[in-house]
Amino acid sequence: MSSIAPASTTELAAPPGSGAPRKFEFNLRSSGIYLAFAAIVVLFDILTHGLLLTPENVSNLIVQNSYILVLAIGMILVIIAGHIDLSAGSVVGVTGAIAATLMVNHHIAWPLALLITVAAGAVIGAWQGYWVAYFGLPAFIVTLAGMLVFRALTMTVLGNQGIGPFPDQVRTLSTGFLGNLMGNVGLGSLGGADLFTLLVGVLAVLAAVGGQWRARAAKIRYGQQAEPVGIFAGKMALMAFVVLGVIVQLARYKNLPWVLVLLTVLVLGYSLVASRTVFGRHVYAIGGNPQAAVLSGVKVKKVTFWIFVNMGVLAAIAGVVFTGRLNQAGPTAGTNFELDAIAAAFIGGAAVTGGVGKVVGAITGGLIMGVINNGMSLLGAPSERVMLVKGLILLAAVAFDVWAKRRAGTAR
Amino acid sequence: MDDNILHMAGITKTFPGVKALQDVNLEVKRGEIHAICGENGAGKSTLMKVLSGVYPYGSYEGEITFDGEACEFGNIRDSEARGIVIIHQELALSPHLSIAENIFIGNERVRRGLIDWHRTNAEAAELLRRVGLAENPTVRVSDLGVGKQQLVEIAKALSKKVRLLILDEPTAALNDDDSEHLLDLLRDLRDEGVTCVIISHKLNEIEAVADSVTILRDGRTIETLDFHTQTVTQDRIITGMVGRDLEHRYPEHTPNIGEEILRVEDWTVFSPTQRGRKVVAGANLFLRRGEIVGLAGLMGAGRTELAMSVFGRAYGVDISGRLFKDGKEIKARSVDEAIEHGIGYATEDRKRYGLNLIDDIKRNISAAALTKLADGAGLVDPHEEYRVAEGFRASMNIKAPAVTAVAGKLSGGNQQKVVLSKWMFADPDVLILDEPTRGIDVGAKFEIYTIIQRLADAGKAVLVISSELPELLGICDRVYAMAAGRITGVLERDQATPERMMTLMTQTTESLTAQEPVYVPALEPEHEQEKDQ
Repeated sequence: MSSIAPASTTELAAPPGSGAPRKFEFNLRSSGIYLAFAAIVVLFDILTHGLLLTPENVSNLIVQNSYILVLAIGMILVIIAGHIDLSAGSVVGVTGAIAATLMVNHHIAWPLALLITVAAGAVIGAWQGYWVAYFGLPAFIVTLAGMLVFRALTMTVLGNQGIGPFPDQVRTLSTGFLGNLMGNVGLGSLGGADLFTLLVGVLAVLAAVGGQWRARAAKIRYGQQAEPVGIFAGKMALMAFVVLGVIVQLARYKNLPWVLVLLTVLVLGYSLVASRTVFGRHVYAIGGNPQAAVLSGVKVKKVTFWIFVNMGVLAAIAGVVFTGRLNQAGPTAGTNFELDAIAAAFIGGAAVTGGVGKVVGAITGGLIMGVINNGMSLLGAPSERVMLVKGLILLAAVAFDVWAKRRAGTAR
Repeated sequence: MDDNILHMAGITKTFPGVKALQDVNLEVKRGEIHAICGENGAGKSTLMKVLSGVYPYGSYEGEITFDGEACEFGNIRDSEARGIVIIHQELALSPHLSIAENIFIGNERVRRGLIDWHRTNAEAAELLRRVGLAENPTVRVSDLGVGKQQLVEIAKALSKKVRLLILDEPTAALNDDDSEHLLDLLRDLRDEGVTCVIISHKLNEIEAVADSVTILRDGRTIETLDFHTQTVTQDRIITGMVGRDLEHRYPEHTPNIGEEILRVEDWTVFSPTQRGRKVVAGANLFLRRGEIVGLAGLMGAGRTELAMSVFGRAYGVDISGRLFKDGKEIKARSVDEAIEHGIGYATEDRKRYGLNLIDDIKRNISAAALTKLADGAGLVDPHEEYRVAEGFRASMNIKAPAVTAVAGKLSGGNQQKVVLSKWMFADPDVLILDEPTRGIDVGAKFEIYTIIQRLADAGKAVLVISSELPELLGICDRVYAMAAGRITGVLERDQATPERMMTLMTQTTESLTAQEPVYVPALEPEHEQEKDQ
């Protein structure tokens, strides 16, 4: 019913450009996830008497969760577009199996083998994307079928046994560290740390602060509402503290893990794709209102297709990282990974109805689950209890999101 | 006993911001067929929803007396318990269930807690015989045509011991034979003592079947005419429907019309949901630079379908015909191609098809022309986007605290301005506006008219689809009339009168039957449903 709502008119009837911009409002719904993450980290660090944030454990946390985080990046785009991918875990399995067969059984050079594996991931994504985008089947069904089909293919390719070991270079990608490039420096009571790592960390923080400052300046130049300098400085200081904290711990342990380099590149790249490219904006438009997107000239089918191709590629990368870490491709590799990736996306603030979500949010969601996993196992909790807590956290996160939306009174 | 089975007195129904019904009176005699006529949005459907309890007692003012007793219906079940049954124009049948199951849905024939299938099917067969439908009760409803589904609805009504049967546009989706059969059935029911209220745009049918007719206009009762005591012609009804007053005011405008910019030739479109049904049949029209052209038609005439099919085939299948832009034939096979060729279409249903309600104003405005904001590397410039949106917020007078406000929270008029801004930013040469003022208050309407004139003055051709005749006559330089999928005529501004337009708009089946089998256009329920504003 197209009834007019005069109440909302009056509510929003502040004359355009009236006076100073309103007080910068703290958005609980979009910031809550980061606060929750911080709280969980602090909680487990206290419970484990500091074991959580030791140099070795910080490094482990990143390496252990890397493949889920890679999947979560692809999954968040799928979910923003209003779809789902249940096959991601099986695709991890089958691409890992393909990589193993190529490198171990057929002795193909590892760079070529990785290229073929990623291409296989793209083909798998194209297959699912075709059914969803062009044939019009629900993604739930297509990827549920894919979950079975690609698991079956994994077993067929492997002949139901593990294949390994992998070439050293591939294992390095999954579990290795950058070499000691510039030697160590002393950090006083913290002991020796890798200089190169520290430099990278400092440069990264400077680049991030510089970028944010320029964006803020541009906002002001265009007359937009920008956060006050105090809040901006506080945010930047917090960010620098967290990044440098992680970097120092990594530098004290070994060095930057290669997967962290890979993850950083993926997170930065996909954040840019999601927020700034025409493609990324079309993904949000499709999830927000597919019919309106069609009538605005968005090539909905094409965009949907490429979202799934992308998911396949990222699943293949995750497959290589995971099998490289185990040093063996197994028939059950990747089982239930899709559920972790989906949970990461929703804990990270994606909306069940589509149209909402952020790459960084999904990564944070994935890290929350990783910290819970890791922290609880450090505490010696049995795996069933870990599962129980993860389940309840997922429920609570989505319930909070729905509640916050209802309270905000979004017209939907 | 009282001659009248139904009195509705002083019915007033208000929706936020709009009075849909104002002091409406309706008297229906026992055992008659009573027609209700009026333009789209005149309040017919709203009145019937008040009567049947869809809008419960207390949500409207006024009194309803049925068969001598006051009625205070809380919901549809209450009214059905009294024998008042409404059949909506979108049929409410469950397609995968059988005829018999549909007839007794919510009213199941039960024995010892289990469905009694023998009784269900036997009673259904008896009802089907009464409505003249020769089908087995176990046939699935989805296997029936629309005409037969309509009869199943009536059988369902009869199973509820109906005494007052309300039919909302019952023949809109039927072909001639099915319509004729339905009208015969209504006469039979009347002779069995069932009173009928029928809402219809087809004046020839009303003339053929009704005993009396009540005319509504702008939510008020205009008059009730009795076919037995006075001479009632279709022209007489039209005069009542359109009235004489042009109560809205329209901004003055002197058009500066240039050469032809868009031409549609022999355009034919078939329904995507009902195979073989022609929704638009051989339509021809052209638009010129600087011209505001109207497209008038009653519900189901095929206006939206024509517009959307031209707009990159966003509606319909098996589309044939030719499209010329600036004299050259073009193929616009998808929406993005249509936009590339400089055609824009602002939908009549902005919430469903026009806006991303969960996103903010600026991103809605940029949605149809995002590439304009992208730099060499293909990255969208968010600051430029903000600047553009701020520009529209000022020039279009969008009332919102900032362009970062969420579109779903705006009022109807402001949402419409966001949709218009989107298309102004895309900057097409031809802009089709489908019901641009639906659900908008009078002040905002005037602003929208001014914007439309500004677009025309900028050398664009604007095609306005509207259900409000006065609006079309007030702002358009030329008005096409559509009926049953055909363009039935075009009138220049100085020749167009409401009466002449309405005559063209109601020129449905009879004049066309000779030429070819007539397919009355499909009703897209969500498109053509009468909006309660």
